[in-house]
Amino acid sequence: MRYLPLTDADRSAMLSVIGAGSIDELFADVPAEARLAVPIAGLPNHATELAVERHMARLSANNTTAGSVPFFLGAGAYRHHVPATVDHMIQRGEFLTAYTPYQPEIAQGTLQVLFEFQTQVARLFGTDVANASLYDGSTACWEAIAMAGRVTKRGKAVLSGGVHPHYVETARTMAKFTGDVLDTSAPVLEATPDDDALIAKIDAETSCVVVQYPDILGRIPDLAKIAAAAQGAGALLIAVVTEPVALGVLQSPGSLGADIVVGEGQSLGVGLQFGGPYLGLFGCREKYLRQIPGRLCGETVDADGKRGFVLTLSTREQHIRREKATSNICTNSGLCALAFSIHMTLLGGSGLADMAKLSHLAARKTAAALAGVPGVTVVNSHYFNEFAVTLPTDARQIVRDLADRQVLGGISLGRLYPQETALANGMVVAATECTTDEDIAALVSALKEVLA
Amino acid sequence: MNAINPTGWRPSMGENAPDNGIQTFTCNRALQLEEPLLFELGNADRSGVDFPETDGIDLSALGPMARAERPDLPGLSEPETVRHYTRLSRQNYAIDLGLFPLGSCTMKHNPRLDEKVARMPGFADVHPLQPVHTVQGALGVINELAHWLIELTGMHGVAMTPKAGAHGELCGLLCIRAALEAKGDPRDVILVPESAHGTNPATAAFAGFKVENIPATPDGRVDTAALTARLGPDVAGVMITNPNTCGLFERDLKIIADAVHAAGGYVYCDGANFNAIVGRVRPGDLGVDAMHINLHKTFSTPHGGGGPGSGPVVLSEALSPFGPLPFTARQADGSIKLIEEEQAHEEHPHAFGRMCAFHGQMGMYTRALAYILSHGADGLRQVSGDAVLNANYVLRSLDDVLDAPFGAAGPCMHEALFSDDGFAPGFSTNDLAKGLIDEGYHPMTVYFPLVVHGAMLVEPTETESKAGLDQFIGAMRSLAERARAGDELLKSAPHLAPRRRLDETLAARKPKLVYKD
Repeated sequence: MRYLPLTDADRSAMLSVIGAGSIDELFADVPAEARLAVPIAGLPNHATELAVERHMARLSANNTTAGSVPFFLGAGAYRHHVPATVDHMIQRGEFLTAYTPYQPEIAQGTLQVLFEFQTQVARLFGTDVANASLYDGSTACWEAIAMAGRVTKRGKAVLSGGVHPHYVETARTMAKFTGDVLDTSAPVLEATPDDDALIAKIDAETSCVVVQYPDILGRIPDLAKIAAAAQGAGALLIAVVTEPVALGVLQSPGSLGADIVVGEGQSLGVGLQFGGPYLGLFGCREKYLRQIPGRLCGETVDADGKRGFVLTLSTREQHIRREKATSNICTNSGLCALAFSIHMTLLGGSGLADMAKLSHLAARKTAAALAGVPGVTVVNSHYFNEFAVTLPTDARQIVRDLADRQVLGGISLGRLYPQETALANGMVVAATECTTDEDIAALVSALKEVLA
Repeated sequence: MNAINPTGWRPSMGENAPDNGIQTFTCNRALQLEEPLLFELGNADRSGVDFPETDGIDLSALGPMARAERPDLPGLSEPETVRHYTRLSRQNYAIDLGLFPLGSCTMKHNPRLDEKVARMPGFADVHPLQPVHTVQGALGVINELAHWLIELTGMHGVAMTPKAGAHGELCGLLCIRAALEAKGDPRDVILVPESAHGTNPATAAFAGFKVENIPATPDGRVDTAALTARLGPDVAGVMITNPNTCGLFERDLKIIADAVHAAGGYVYCDGANFNAIVGRVRPGDLGVDAMHINLHKTFSTPHGGGGPGSGPVVLSEALSPFGPLPFTARQADGSIKLIEEEQAHEEHPHAFGRMCAFHGQMGMYTRALAYILSHGADGLRQVSGDAVLNANYVLRSLDDVLDAPFGAAGPCMHEALFSDDGFAPGFSTNDLAKGLIDEGYHPMTVYFPLVVHGAMLVEPTETESKAGLDQFIGAMRSLAERARAGDELLKSAPHLAPRRRLDETLAARKPKLVYKD
């Protein structure tokens, strides 16, 4: 077996050092009735690299890939062009096959990357500090809600209707077990989000207001206004950013007053990957430092006075605090954070702004083209790279029909909100710098055919 | 091209210059290269990506939240970027460089086929919300991996979406809560052995349970009598690691499981150490109700400097109905059906909810499936056999110079546990660990499990050769002798790494988490 270096001669020599007659003897502590006498049912013996590659290639071929068709899907996962450098760098074995940097003397590479990543995230979000990443945007969103509860000692979170429904479901699952109350609602297919209605829900029990920016329909809420209202009532504003590229052209949530900013970092460096692994981003005000969930990297000096980096403030974490930890998290999304950081380094502020402008341009062109299709109405008055449309009939079937014409045209709101009949004819459409004029023309022509 | 390293030696340092022999202006030491921070190298107007002209793009549809200036993020050209990250990478230890004996973490070789497979476009370039009929191959991977995880563990079902081991623990405990609630039998205590990973009590508390510790016996296993005596109508379940964190098999697990079930509770098994028994023991046969599998340990998806992980949870028949959404299941016609919120009402009505957006860690599933198929039934059995053989070889090659607290009782499983007993006064496990760095190794897990003083937990894994182990054993013997003899140089180790010991107290007292100009 190509991954196992021991030879039978090695095994014999080692067994004689140990004083055992066979490897099976080393399992003497396993009760006889618990030992598996036969091989795992149905699993063939070891296979060549070629055979496994062929098997996996067959499975891979049985998918419609985003790059092979006109593609307009978003809703929390975006297809941007990732420079070749990113994947080459993250495959360096010293990054790929390293562990969590618990021994900082021989992990300065990972640690410096995390320190740079934290700084990039904090600057992008407009927050004082950021952590070394969480699992993904949805879990980061829940962690922020839980943290707001710890900070304010209150138990009711108000979530705007514009928060991604999977994020809401994730929070709902957790809240069931922690006893937090979540005030949630479905979005309404209107041109702008109803910020005033959201503000009206804030009361003296509210720990936080959670607002997605841009929201699930691509609309852009007025964070400054909501922040002022939340903070006036002693609550925190949590901003959720599922498309960080938007911040290349939109004001940062921190600069608009958000206390905690969380997000999904997938659209920079990570790729679609059918939903994971992704990258949870988390930034907040410095005064909440000791309530932050997950890993933090900090600057310090070594015994020679040289600058170096370590994981720090670990007294918040489970391996020290056990049942009193701020969270049970024992990992971050290290390699995805590296990919994000490299992509961001290649872009720089001006490159990020360019990428954002080109994505916005593609979305404008798509919206204009769709608005010309009979029966289609563009909902948004403002948007970044994603917007909602209404269609004449249930969008779920239309999306499937478009796919049959080799166009991945959008995401039906019926898939995201199966219980909300008012949203059934809605669809969200996203574009990025990858979107071409030909893609847009193909979408329009396929949609005309489907609606005819 | 690179900025001058601000931490380098300068003539002006005089007597304050670092005392490490020959000084260099750059503080580089030949191939050991210092690297400034990105923020000292780049600026926001530099970029390593070319775009079409963007001047003149109409931004009015952004509305009033548009920003006036580009974000303050430094950029670098492509060659500078490649050099920055390549230089940083060389300051890391990694499995690719050598043995990485971090106990309980299973740092084994990461096959490169798995990297290639994960990047196949049908897995890497598909959106999680594409119409289901356009992603049958991707769903097929999930289902095929789910099938083998169930077979390897002898369980009934599997929740695939948890994103790491601790997330899997949470999933398992939430299944237990949901099952108890469905029975109208709310219980709020989880029993956790004192040797458990810190995530166990943290997870139980996070899931709203009260945590009670169960002591260990002198031979390093759960005190079965104490545990069974504590069972009662308030105990929701137990969390047991098997093999446990002392590197020993919990012989009584089936007895414990039967007692827990008889008392109306459930058994959660922390599967972090599944690598020791894969292909030989099925936790389902021992009465386990839920167990997470760290795909990044047993099935060798890369650790990536601290993630991403992946922690699918296999479930017993009793807990399977409560597993989270989304859920995939093969249909009678062979197609693979994805059950999301839309279908859950009819097809998976007791699901406790959703643990994350989308479908979990697809990029890890592809790698783990390729790993399982590459090894096959015979290979996986050899994996656990060689992992246990290597650990016992290390144990028996060192137990004359290092105290092995449970060594006398018999073989260990996949990791060998030592203590600091016998070191000269003032010498600690940490000193030996830091000495290993100078010898060119990553240290073992230290000070864990907590039940052993100055614990050193060595997990060589099955992907080490005998020659490699012999060299490691030689280094360990040398260090053990130095610690016993009180070699002062050991107390200030490492001397040869890119950094000496770092001031962690300073980092925590005055946190600097972001770069400031």
